[in-house]
Amino acid sequence: MPVLHDILVAIRSDADIVSARQQGRSLAATIGFTATDATLIATAISELARNIVLYAGQGEVMMQGVETAQGKGIVICARDKGPGIRSIDDVLRDGYSTSGGLGLGLPGVRRLMDEFAIESELRQGTVVTVRKWLK
Amino acid sequence: MEVPILKQGRFLIATIQAALSDADLLHLRRALIDKVIQFRSQGVIVDVTALDVMDSFATRTIRDITNMIRLRGADTVIVGIQPEVAFAMVQLGLTMEGVATALDLEEGLAHLQQRATGKT
Repeated sequence: MPVLHDILVAIRSDADIVSARQQGRSLAATIGFTATDATLIATAISELARNIVLYAGQGEVMMQGVETAQGKGIVICARDKGPGIRSIDDVLRDGYSTSGGLGLGLPGVRRLMDEFAIESELRQGTVVTVRKWLK
Repeated sequence: MEVPILKQGRFLIATIQAALSDADLLHLRRALIDKVIQFRSQGVIVDVTALDVMDSFATRTIRDITNMIRLRGADTVIVGIQPEVAFAMVQLGLTMEGVATALDLEEGLAHLQQRATGKT
């Protein structure tokens, strides 16, 4: 899968959440996404980066512009070495929250993007990978 | 990123001018409540036209601001949610239930004036 652009943003504080979503928005615009899709992508990045700050303290968000047989798209990968998720089924359910939040984070991100994958291991960390394709 | 809060008679107008971090949003919440108490304001407008993203944290904080200000007997109107931001919020599953919204500053002020007239 040819990678056209590659951005890595270290996430350590809430200011990095803003930086990650702004870089994601401009990458999305470079790839050719509409303003609406760029906002969906920026919103998804904001939620993923906040999960890192909230649950793991620190981690990173990698963003790539890619080109495949399916066309152009954006891949976002949010990684942390935090506590991991005990039950992935629970966190993918609307309304579930352990932080007192709205519990819309991951199910919401799934709705904003075209593809969604999550891997998590207790005490090892969590990797969430999402993709959106240019239509 | 400090959000300027203007006093306009009985109303306060907070105009967000750039993307806000979580800490900035919490600071805005504190500053607005303080000013509503200090000036005995009857209404507050939060202009979010320049906000790049309304994610779950921003939405929750704005709902909190509205609820806190309501407990002081004042009304809050959120104005200027951009079309693409609104679209993303709906996709994400975020609602602004119980929060008054208006298209722009002018309509927001008209809403507050109407509410204030209704009360007296």
